[in-house]
Amino acid sequence: MTLTITKIAEDLAAGRCSSREIVDDLLARIKAHSALNAFISMDEDAARQGAEDADRMRRAGGGVLAGVPIAHKDIFCTSGVKTTCGSRMLADFVPPYDATVVEKMRAAGCVMVGKTNMDEFAMGSSNETSFFGPVRNPWDPDRVPGGSSGGSAAAVAARLVPGATGTDTGGSIRQPAAFCGITGLKPSYGRVSRYGLVAFASSLDQAGPLAQSAADCAHLLSAMAGFDARDATSLDVPVPDYAASLGKDLKGLRIGIVKEHFAQGVEPAILEVLREALREYERQGAVLVDVSLPNSAHAVPCYYVLAPAEASSNLARYDGVRYGFRAAEYKDLEDMYKKTRSEGFGPEVKRRIMIGTYALSAGYYDAYYVKALKLRRLIADDFARAFERCDVLAGPASPSTAFALGAKNTDPVSMYLNDIFTIPVNLAGLPALSMPAGFVGGLPVGMQLIGRYLDEAHLLNVAHRFQEATDWHARVPAGI
Amino acid sequence: MNAEEVERVAHLARLGLNQEERGAYAQDLSRILDLVSQMNAVATDGVEPMTHPDEAGLRLRPDAVSGEIDRNRLLAIAPKTRDGLYLVPKVIE
Repeated sequence: MTLTITKIAEDLAAGRCSSREIVDDLLARIKAHSALNAFISMDEDAARQGAEDADRMRRAGGGVLAGVPIAHKDIFCTSGVKTTCGSRMLADFVPPYDATVVEKMRAAGCVMVGKTNMDEFAMGSSNETSFFGPVRNPWDPDRVPGGSSGGSAAAVAARLVPGATGTDTGGSIRQPAAFCGITGLKPSYGRVSRYGLVAFASSLDQAGPLAQSAADCAHLLSAMAGFDARDATSLDVPVPDYAASLGKDLKGLRIGIVKEHFAQGVEPAILEVLREALREYERQGAVLVDVSLPNSAHAVPCYYVLAPAEASSNLARYDGVRYGFRAAEYKDLEDMYKKTRSEGFGPEVKRRIMIGTYALSAGYYDAYYVKALKLRRLIADDFARAFERCDVLAGPASPSTAFALGAKNTDPVSMYLNDIFTIPVNLAGLPALSMPAGFVGGLPVGMQLIGRYLDEAHLLNVAHRFQEATDWHARVPAGI
Repeated sequence: MNAEEVERVAHLARLGLNQEERGAYAQDLSRILDLVSQMNAVATDGVEPMTHPDEAGLRLRPDAVSGEIDRNRLLAIAPKTRDGLYLVPKVIE
């Protein structure tokens, strides 16, 4: 069973099946593929109940997503359902409210079947920092699914759900989408509400969809996006009907080829796959334009100041007082804080908290934090200049295909460099997606498309036209 | 970063580390700072710091009650409470 959201919506509308039947089938599939470790929490009864509610909703009119099963990354607060963020700190945390994304998707009729595994507090590029163990890549169980939204990506790739939510602070939707051979979109900063999303780096975090195709992502984004007064950075701008924006031809589309992204440091076979994908765009009438993002070479260093600085501040809230984990024994308040935080956080989270604390501490603030903010401006300005000459940018989502479990988790810096092509986009706040563009050695290759601010509709159409002409996105891992 | 600096930063962040951890983090954090120091290759004199992707868009809202979560539901998820209050170790003798 490899049903897409588009197909499920058609089947439900035609009365060919019920949401309850689909959810029963998926719950059995999730059990059969439990070795992937894609899920942290399941509530089967609630999923079946939700499906029956959605079936009633559809009979009463309903929307296109009414009855479509989805999974939420375990970073979105779900009222009454455990929300761990992949951490021991929140291993037993049951939020008393829903994230806006959760609320909106339920209102659209989506049925949540479970919460997906992720790197602890979304800090990681391999899903190996999860307190609940690594997720395995459906294309090769000895390889990582990418991170931090690795559970969502693996669940979609293994066809355990037709769509899932993720969050992307430095590539956490796009890189796992690339590694798992699916389509994942990071919207523009401010497009989707961050209310109820466990905060990592608040000026970079953005929620978005992962699914089998751009068309499916379009349906999910329409449900997720929109102004929310509860998020001070939410944009009060109209949300297009993304699915209705698909289909326009690409004649005259100017695709910017970032010269720095087609250079050394990327597996040559990946670049060959991408060049072939670009030839498909040329066949459809697009023209390729060379552009340069000179300051993006410094985006990873810049990000590893800003994201940890914001994280050190955001994660100060985990003190063992109001919710979450508290150490069993302590002698006074400070000891309680220290033991709680040392036992509750894993090593990568501690590294980032300490880097951020250091960068913000007296005597270092200007040299690290302010310097990084200035560099952020230069990186964003490079994009603005590039978009004077083209409509979208195309390149690799990641310098490699999915790597082996354990290959990079002893060296934080080599792990960080995975995100060299995705991080600049978060710093600038732009929308970008990764979609399957081919295979190298049996593993999926992701092509990243980057758009202008708030131009998700255009970006999704550019991906959709490629997917109408190719079938890379429809390939399914062996045994799935 | 040496073990003493790690200890200073860990204290600021209220993280307790043992001797062995201090050494390991000193190595990791030094490598990360080496990476970060590559920023210095770029001249940024006169560049305005960018704190946010949509700097013009930050808005204010009226300071009004906009909804509440039931007090007992919030207290129910706390590690320790007594008489409707959060319980922590004694801070004043």
